[in-house]
Amino acid sequence: MAETSHQAFDPLATGGRFRRLWAKGTVYALLAFFALLYLSPLVIIFMNSFRPLEEIVREGFISVPNALSWRYWAEAWSTFCLGGSCEGVSRYFSNTLMMTIPATILSTAFGVVNGYALSKWRFRYDAWVFGLITLGVFLPAQMTLLPWAFVLGKIGLSNTIGGLVLVHTIQGISFTTLFCRNYFLSVPDDLIKAARIDGAGFWRIFRRIMLPLSPPILIVCVIWQFTGIWNEFLFGTVFTSGANQPITAAIVAFSGSGTGERHYNVEAASVIFAALPPLFVYVIGGKYFVRGLTSGAVK
Amino acid sequence: MSSLLIKNLRKSYGSVDVLKDINLEAESGEFVALVGPSGCGKSTLLSIIAGLESVTSGEVMIEDKVVNNEAPKDRDIAMVFQSYALYPTMTVRQNMTFGMECRNIDKATQAETVARVAALLQIEPLLDRKPGQLSGGQRQRVAMGRALVRDPKLFLFDEPLSNLDAKLRVEMRSEIKKLHHNVGRTTVYVTHDQIEAMTLATRIAVMHHGVLQQYAAPKEIYERPANIFVAGFMGSPNMNFFAAKFVKTAEGSSIILDGSDGTRLPLPHNDYPGISDGEQVTFGVRPEHFSPAHEARAARKGNASVIVQVSVDMDEPTGSETILMCTIAGQKAIIVCEPDEAPAPGSVMDFEVDMSKVSLFDPKTEMRL
Repeated sequence: MAETSHQAFDPLATGGRFRRLWAKGTVYALLAFFALLYLSPLVIIFMNSFRPLEEIVREGFISVPNALSWRYWAEAWSTFCLGGSCEGVSRYFSNTLMMTIPATILSTAFGVVNGYALSKWRFRYDAWVFGLITLGVFLPAQMTLLPWAFVLGKIGLSNTIGGLVLVHTIQGISFTTLFCRNYFLSVPDDLIKAARIDGAGFWRIFRRIMLPLSPPILIVCVIWQFTGIWNEFLFGTVFTSGANQPITAAIVAFSGSGTGERHYNVEAASVIFAALPPLFVYVIGGKYFVRGLTSGAVK
Repeated sequence: MSSLLIKNLRKSYGSVDVLKDINLEAESGEFVALVGPSGCGKSTLLSIIAGLESVTSGEVMIEDKVVNNEAPKDRDIAMVFQSYALYPTMTVRQNMTFGMECRNIDKATQAETVARVAALLQIEPLLDRKPGQLSGGQRQRVAMGRALVRDPKLFLFDEPLSNLDAKLRVEMRSEIKKLHHNVGRTTVYVTHDQIEAMTLATRIAVMHHGVLQQYAAPKEIYERPANIFVAGFMGSPNMNFFAAKFVKTAEGSSIILDGSDGTRLPLPHNDYPGISDGEQVTFGVRPEHFSPAHEARAARKGNASVIVQVSVDMDEPTGSETILMCTIAGQKAIIVCEPDEAPAPGSVMDFEVDMSKVSLFDPKTEMRL
C-alpha cells in the first residue's frame, strides 16, 4: 500500500467544538457502560471469593466485602471437597495444565508444518487435502464423541490425560493448519525457490526461513489453542472421570447436584482459578494475537 | 564448449503449450538475453533451466550433461530474482553464506568469499544489516552478491532490474555488464526490456507465444529481424511497416508503396528468391533510417538512399531527438530526426530512406524475405 503523508482520519476536521465534546462524551459513556456490563460478573465473583458465607447469605450475592481474607482461596486450592476427593482444585488445575500444554505445543507444531507444506510445496490434490483438514473446523465436537470414545478405548487411553492430549492435538490441527497455511501464503514463493537453488531442502528451509518468519502466527496458534483447550468442557466430561478430570469438568460439581450447603465463596475462588491461565495468556499475548490475525490482511 | 544447450524443449500445462520446440545454445561465457512480451514463456524457460519447473519433453543440458531430472541444488546454478528474494530474517552476510552453509563449506572459506564478493560489489558496510533496512539498489546488489559467492556454472537473472527506478536501472545495467565482463560466467538474462537485451547480451533470444522467434547477436536481430514480430518488438520507437508492391526488372528489384504516385524505390540488391514480380510485401523501415534530404548525406551513404515525400502530422521532442508522426503515401509512419532538422507539424518535406537498412517481409507468413 502506498505511504500517505496525511492522517487517515483527522478528528479536528469534523466540525465545531461543542459537537466534538458531545460526540466524545457519548462515545466514552457508551464504552464505559459496556465495559461495566462485561466486567461485572468477574468483579462480583472476585468480591465473593473474599466474603464469609454468612455475609453472603445475609447481604446477598452482590455486595462489597467487609474484610479481605485469602482463606477461601487457600481452601479452594488445596482442601475443598470436590467430586469425591478433598484436595481442592489444585489437582484438576494441574490435570488441565498437563493436558493443555502438550496439546497446545503439539497441535501448533503440526499446524505449522502442515501449513508450510500446503502453501509452499504444492502437490497434486493439495487443495483437497487442505479442504479435508480444515473440515474439522466446521465439524461440531459432539459429532466426534463416539468415534473418539471408540479410538481411545481401543488404544487404552480412556480416562487418561494422555487421551485428552491426543484428542485435543488432533482436533486442534484443523485450526492451526488453517491459520498457518493462510499466513504462509503471504510469504513470497521466490524465497523458497531461492533457497532451493541455494541447496536447502524441505526441513532446512522450514527451520531457517519459514520459522523465523512465523512468530506472529505461532502466537495466534498458541493463544487460540491454549484458551480453547483450557476452556474445553465436553471432551473432558465425556472421556475422563474422577481424579483425571480437567478443571472445567470438575467444577461442574458446583452446578447444584450437591446435597449440602453451598460454599459460594470457595466456589467463586475455584472458578477464578479455572479462569486465570487463559486470562493471563490473553493479557500477555493479546496485542500479538490481534496483530497476528490481521497480518497479511494489511501489509 | 557449450555451457547451456536446450534441445526440442516443450512445456505444457495440461493442454496449453507454453513452450514449443525451443532450441537454444549458449557458449561458455556468453550472455544470453531472453526477451519478449509478458506471457511469452521466457520466465518459464528460465525456471526450467533452474530446475524449478519440470520439462514436458526435450532436453536441458548444462556443460554437456543432461539435467532434466536434477534438483535445482544439483545443477550448480545461481539465480537473481525479480523480487530479489532476500531472506528477510537474515543479515546480508547470512543471506550470502546460506548457500555455502547448505553445501557444508567451512567457515573460513565462507568468510573469505563473502569478503571478496562484498568488495567487488561494494556492499561491505551493509553486511550486518537486514534486507528490510536496504534501499532498492542495495537489495539488488545483495541479490547479485548472493549469486556471486557461489561461483556457479550458470547465472540466471529473472528481470532483475524491473523493480528499480529509471535512473538506477541504467546504472545497474552497466554494473551487470561490467560484472559479467569480470566474472565471465555464462549468463541467461530474462527481460521484457529490449534495450536491456540489446545493451547486455552477446546473443538475444526473442520469444513470442512460447516460440523462439529468432536467436542471434543484437546487431543481427536489429538489422535483419527474422519476422515482423521481432522487427516490431526490438527497437524504440517501433519499426514502420508499409504495405507495398514488389517489382522485379532487369535493372534490379524495387518496391512501390501502396497509395503512392507509383515512384519506384530501388532496393540495394536483387537477392529475393522467395518472391516474384508484382507481389505484395510488407516494407519495414526503422524510424532513424529516415533523414531530411541533403545532397551531401545521400552521397556519403553511397547513394543507397531514396527520397520520399513526408507530411508531418505531429511532433514529440524528447530533447536529444524529435519523434515525428507522419504520413507517407497515405500510410502512417514514425520518423526520428535531429531536433534542429525537425520540420514543423503540418509541413510537407522530403526525407530520404536508407535503403541498405530496410527489411522486406511476406505479409502472409510475416517472415523476412
